[in-house]
Amino acid sequence: MAYDKFEVLTSTAYPLPIENVDTDQIIPARFLKATERKGFGDNFFRDWRYDSEGNPIADFPLNDSKYEGSKILVGGKNFGSGSSREHAAWSVYDFGLRCVISSAFADIFKNNCLNIGVLPVQVSAAFAQKLFDAIEADPKTEIKVDLPNQTVTLLATGESESFEINGYKKGNMLNGFDDIDYLQNMKEEIASFGETRPF
Amino acid sequence: MSKTLFDKVWDSHVVRKIEDGPDVFFIDRHFIHEVTSPVAFVGLKSRGIGVMYPEKTFATADHNTPTWNQHLPVADPLSANQLEALANNAAEYGISHWGLGHRNNGIVHIVGPENGITLPGSTIVCGDSHTSTHGAFGAIAFGIGTSEVEMVLSTQCIMQPKPKKMRINVNGKLGFGVTPKDVALYIISKQTTSGATGYFVEYAGDVFENMSMEGRMTVCNLSIEMGARGGMIAPDEKTFEYIKGRKHTPKGADWDKAMAYWETLYTEEDAEFDAEFNYDAADIEPMITYGTNPGMGLGVTHSIPNAEDVEGNVNTYKKSLGYMKFNEGDSMIGKPVDYVFLGSCTNGRIEDFRAFCSIVEGRKKADNITAWLVPGSHKVVDQIKAEGLDKILEAAGFVLREPGCSACLAMNDDKVPAGKLAVSTSNRNFEGRQGPGSRTLLASPLVAAATAVEGVVTDPRTLLELV
Ligand code: SF4
Repeated sequence: MAYDKFEVLTSTAYPLPIENVDTDQIIPARFLKATERKGFGDNFFRDWRYDSEGNPIADFPLNDSKYEGSKILVGGKNFGSGSSREHAAWSVYDFGLRCVISSAFADIFKNNCLNIGVLPVQVSAAFAQKLFDAIEADPKTEIKVDLPNQTVTLLATGESESFEINGYKKGNMLNGFDDIDYLQNMKEEIASFGETRPF
Repeated sequence: MSKTLFDKVWDSHVVRKIEDGPDVFFIDRHFIHEVTSPVAFVGLKSRGIGVMYPEKTFATADHNTPTWNQHLPVADPLSANQLEALANNAAEYGISHWGLGHRNNGIVHIVGPENGITLPGSTIVCGDSHTSTHGAFGAIAFGIGTSEVEMVLSTQCIMQPKPKKMRINVNGKLGFGVTPKDVALYIISKQTTSGATGYFVEYAGDVFENMSMEGRMTVCNLSIEMGARGGMIAPDEKTFEYIKGRKHTPKGADWDKAMAYWETLYTEEDAEFDAEFNYDAADIEPMITYGTNPGMGLGVTHSIPNAEDVEGNVNTYKKSLGYMKFNEGDSMIGKPVDYVFLGSCTNGRIEDFRAFCSIVEGRKKADNITAWLVPGSHKVVDQIKAEGLDKILEAAGFVLREPGCSACLAMNDDKVPAGKLAVSTSNRNFEGRQGPGSRTLLASPLVAAATAVEGVVTDPRTLLELV
C-alpha cells in the first residue's frame, strides 16, 4: 500500500507513558473483522479511549483536546508487544499519526510500522523521559523528527538525539516505496533460487 | 566459522543480501487465515499481481470461527464475510483451503504439524505471532504482518534483517506436576515480556530433549511472549518419528534425502550466541500469571510481589494490578475463578487434554466454573474420542466444543464477560484479550483442571497422585 513520503515532521505529541503497551490495546481483536483496510483509526486504543457505554474517557491523552492534531505519539518502553496484526500499525496511521517514539519497540510492530509508512523512532530511556517531562510541562511543545539526518529534537530546548534506521528502510520511507516494489523487480532471481529448494 | 542451528537454516534461505538493509528471505511454507490475509489479497488485486507459488501456501479458518454448531451458517455477518473472503481468495489463486467443517480444519499452528507441512530446516511464516510454534521441529518460523503476507503471496519472500541469536538452556529434572507450559512461563517471567526482543531463541538442554513434540510446540509457541521473534529446537529422533508418514511429509527417496539434510541441523559445539541463559529445572514450579502481560508470572504457591520488588515502571505495575483487581501480597491459591479455558495453539493438543483428564477423572466440575474445552483441531477431537477422554470429561460435567481459536483472542462468541476471572491455557493475559474487561490468569492444563474442579486457583500437585 502506497503511503505519503516521510521527510521532516514537526508536531506536538500525545504522551502515553505506560510500559508494554500491547497490540490488543492498540486495536482489540474484535475490530479486526474487516476485509478491507478501512476505518481502523476509529478503534485505535478503543478500550482505553471509551468506557463500556461508548463514552469517551476524557483524561485519556488521545481524547484530550490539549494534544489534538498531534502527528507523533510518545509511548512507554516495549511499545507494541504481542500480536502480529498489522491492523495495529494501520490504526496508528489512520488515526493521523506518522511517528511513534519509544525507548523500545516490539519487533513485529516496528516492522509493520515501517512497512506502511509510520516511522518508529527508538530513543534512549533518558531522552524519552525528557520528552514526557516536556510534554507535561507544555502540551504544545513541539518535537522535530528529521529522517534524512536521523535526529529527533525537542524544539523548546534544542536537545536532540540521533536514531537508527537501516539505509534501505530509510530510502523506502523517504520515497514512499514499499518492499513489494523491490521484490517484484527481482522475481527471476527468486524463481531460480526457488528451484534449489528441496521442499 | 561454526554455525548454530539458526544460522544454518537462515543462511540457506537468503536469496539476496542488501547492504545496510534486510536480507531477501525465501519462505518454504506459508499459512494464511481469515483475519490477516484478506487485505493482502486486496493488495495483490490492486497491483494486478498474482500468487507465485500457490502450492506453498495453506489456508485454514480458525480465528473468527464459532466453536459450537459449526454445521450452521456463521451468524455474525462480519465473521462470515471474512471466512468467505478466505475461501474465495483460496479458490481464485489455487491455494489449498481447509474451511470450517473440513476434516483438516483447526488452529493453523496445530494443523500445520499434524499434516506434515511443518518440516525441519524449513522457513515458515503466517500472519500470526504464534507461528513460532513450528520452531519445535527445527524450522525457522515467525509471525508477519499483512504487508508481508502480500509479499509472500506475490514473491515467496520477505525482507528481514537477520535477528540476533540467543540460547536458553534448561537442564535437570522437572518436578512433579511441572509441564512444558510451566517451563515457558518460568522462562518468560525471568526474561520479562521484552527480554528477548531482537533475538531468535534456541532452546537446548535435557529438559527439551526429554520433552514430547507437543511440549516442544508449547514452549516454542510462547517464545514471542518474551519479545523473541521465534524459538527453535534441534530436530532429533522424536521429531522424525512425529513427522514420518504424515500427509505432506516427503516419502520414499525424498524422505531419505530430507533425512540426510535434517541430520545436519544442530548447533556446532563452538558456535557463538549473542546471549545465553541457563536455568535449572529444579527451580520451576507449576506457574500462574497475576498481571496483564505474560511476564508477570510466578509459582502458583507464591504471593503477588510488591511494586518496589519488581523491575520497571511502578505506575504501569499498579495499573496492571488495578485492572486485575488484585493487591500486592495477595496469595494466588484460593482466588475464586469464574471461567476455565483449555485450548489454543499453546495448549490445545492431545497431550493437554490427557493432562486435564488426569485431574478431573473421578471428580466434578465446580458449580461456579464455566468451562470451555476447545480442541485445536478435528484430529485432536478424534484422538480424544479414540482414547475415551470424552467420556471422562462428560462424567466430570464438562462439554467438549468444536475446534478453533475460541477464547484465546475472543473474536468469536467465546468471550469472558467484563470483570470475570478466567484461568486460561492460552498465551496472552493482556487487558481485554479474552473479552472487554475480562481478567486472565495463564496457566498449564493441570492448573486449569485443578481450578476447574475446586472452583478456586489450586495447586495441581495437591490433586495428583505421586507416581
Ligand atoms: S489460538 Fe490464539 S494465539 Fe493461537 S493462532 Fe489462534 S488466536 Fe493466535
